[in-house]
Amino acid sequence: MRGGQVAARAPVIQFTNCRILRGGALLREDLWVRGGRILDPEKLFFEERRVADEQRDCGGCILAPGFIDVQINGGFGVDFSQASEDVGSGVALVARRILSHGVTSFCPTLVTSPLEVYHKVLPQIPVKSGGPHGAGVLGVHLEGPFISREKRGAHPEAHLRSFEADAFQDMLATYGGLDNVRIVTLAPELGHSHEVIRELTALGICVSLGHSVADLGTAEEAVQSGATFITHLFNAMLPFHHRDPGIVGLLTSDRLPAGRRIFYGMIADGIHTNPAALRIAHRAHPKGLVLVTDAVPALGLGNGRHTLGQQEVEVDGLTAYVAGCSVESALEAASLHPAQLLGLEKCKGTLDFGADADFVVLDDSLHVRATYISGELVWQAEEARP
Amino acid sequence: MRLVILDNYDLASEWAAKYICNRIIQFRPGQDRYFTLGLPTGSTPLGCYKKLIEYHKNGDLSFKYVKTFNMDEYVGLPRNHPESYHSYMWNNFFKHIDIDPNNAHILDGNATDLQAECDAFEKKIKEAGGIDLFVGGIGPDGHIAFNEPGSSLVSRTRLKTLAMDTILANAKYFDGDLSKVPTMALTVGVGTVMDAREVMILITGAHKAFALYKAIEEGVNHMWTVSAFQQHPRTIFVCDEDATLELRVKTVKYFKGHQRD
Repeated sequence: MRGGQVAARAPVIQFTNCRILRGGALLREDLWVRGGRILDPEKLFFEERRVADEQRDCGGCILAPGFIDVQINGGFGVDFSQASEDVGSGVALVARRILSHGVTSFCPTLVTSPLEVYHKVLPQIPVKSGGPHGAGVLGVHLEGPFISREKRGAHPEAHLRSFEADAFQDMLATYGGLDNVRIVTLAPELGHSHEVIRELTALGICVSLGHSVADLGTAEEAVQSGATFITHLFNAMLPFHHRDPGIVGLLTSDRLPAGRRIFYGMIADGIHTNPAALRIAHRAHPKGLVLVTDAVPALGLGNGRHTLGQQEVEVDGLTAYVAGCSVESALEAASLHPAQLLGLEKCKGTLDFGADADFVVLDDSLHVRATYISGELVWQAEEARP
Repeated sequence: MRLVILDNYDLASEWAAKYICNRIIQFRPGQDRYFTLGLPTGSTPLGCYKKLIEYHKNGDLSFKYVKTFNMDEYVGLPRNHPESYHSYMWNNFFKHIDIDPNNAHILDGNATDLQAECDAFEKKIKEAGGIDLFVGGIGPDGHIAFNEPGSSLVSRTRLKTLAMDTILANAKYFDGDLSKVPTMALTVGVGTVMDAREVMILITGAHKAFALYKAIEEGVNHMWTVSAFQQHPRTIFVCDEDATLELRVKTVKYFKGHQRD
């Protein structure tokens, strides 16, 4: 096939002197890339009888899959939930700026908004591959408006909605269509939610539970209908109670469909969740942890510290080592797990052979030194530049 | 025969690696003049490979003008199976050095016509001008490559069924599950290795001691195929102390005396 032939003639780049995240461990191995994909060097040696065209020394750094942020409301002055004529520019600006944080794919998130905003904004955020212009857009995350009044958090009360009788059609009318939508967060205790969850799941859209007062039983039924994610665990839901753990109890529930894994987003800034609570969740269900920023438009303005309501929050990429879990676990929570949540683990969130060559170069403190998308350098730290 | 006895495995590996390194450098390989090396697999040569990689990374040794021929490969095991000899050579040697992939020859255990594959291998060796130095190991049953007891001492590259001793010895690489161990392999013949201009056999560990005794202190016998090298003009046996445990004190003293010179 033509595409394959072109790729086979593309130069082979070998990243040396590095540790790569593979199979849950940091291995002292080289990373080989060709045609925007991770290459199997053994196959190249024995079948094509070729060596690398170029070697790049990584100075002993860690190479991890590019981070995937499935909950980000904006940043750098851009608010994705603002209806404007040129939403695309805002998305593009954020996409470019998050490269320096090692994020190579993301889901622009819209908070609860009036119909007009959804109808105007959604068509302007198409799925888009990443590159030198910025991180890839995997699809939009719609957080609301079908959420609990009691647990709305910062969402505007006036625009909350519950499902009408023909629930799925009601949702379609609210959003104006589901093209470009990747994740929907809703409260499962709302009437008719199960048919909505089933329809969304059948369309391949990830259903997430959040901003909800659901008890564990209701949450389990939602998972049985197809829900696979929990939006910012602990926040905007009933607290864990030993006689009814609520949504939090999904992490250790034995009533989930066989073979189904529940994922849970956590904002690992040390503020939204006490690190001890983050550790409890991680220890209970390490393979489900998905790190998100839930960044707001103020991200990146003024030294990385900004106000969120009454709080000062520092948003600084990966602070998961606050949780005391291993470097490998933290890296997987920011890359592999979100990819698995979205069913993309064959090509994203991994450095396995054949995957897209989206990766980050990190020093031992997990600071981003360089970001690559499809094997191309798209961002580099000042000191690292020649 | 030369018998070189080092105190332990690491020293034996280093001695062997230095010997190979010096041979290549003294040969002065170049564009029209390749050094041909026969290579083994298994646990014994791992230390030697590590040392050779070290010399390469130090800038002392290049494999740019070296051609290699491996002794054997399992039949029916996928090339990328973690226990195939292709995987072994890639992970333990080739990926760390600068050899041209076109010059690294390993038998293809998945070829449609296995005997044709073996004949082609013999032809490649001939076209390369023969082997300058063939490095090998010894099985607990005294075999060289997969030339199991009873193999002809003038045999060439061919398909062999593995002896039970060999299958048992290999089980540790297949989760201890005998049913997973390949039962057939393609191997260079005893005659093929005998054709090399120089042969170096690495033997370490007490479990190889009896085989070493049979190989050098008893007669030439097809039940202990390594014994064929008693009739090769230039063979070195490199071992550690443990491998000499079944030899006569007189033999060991004689050869250790050489090393003091």
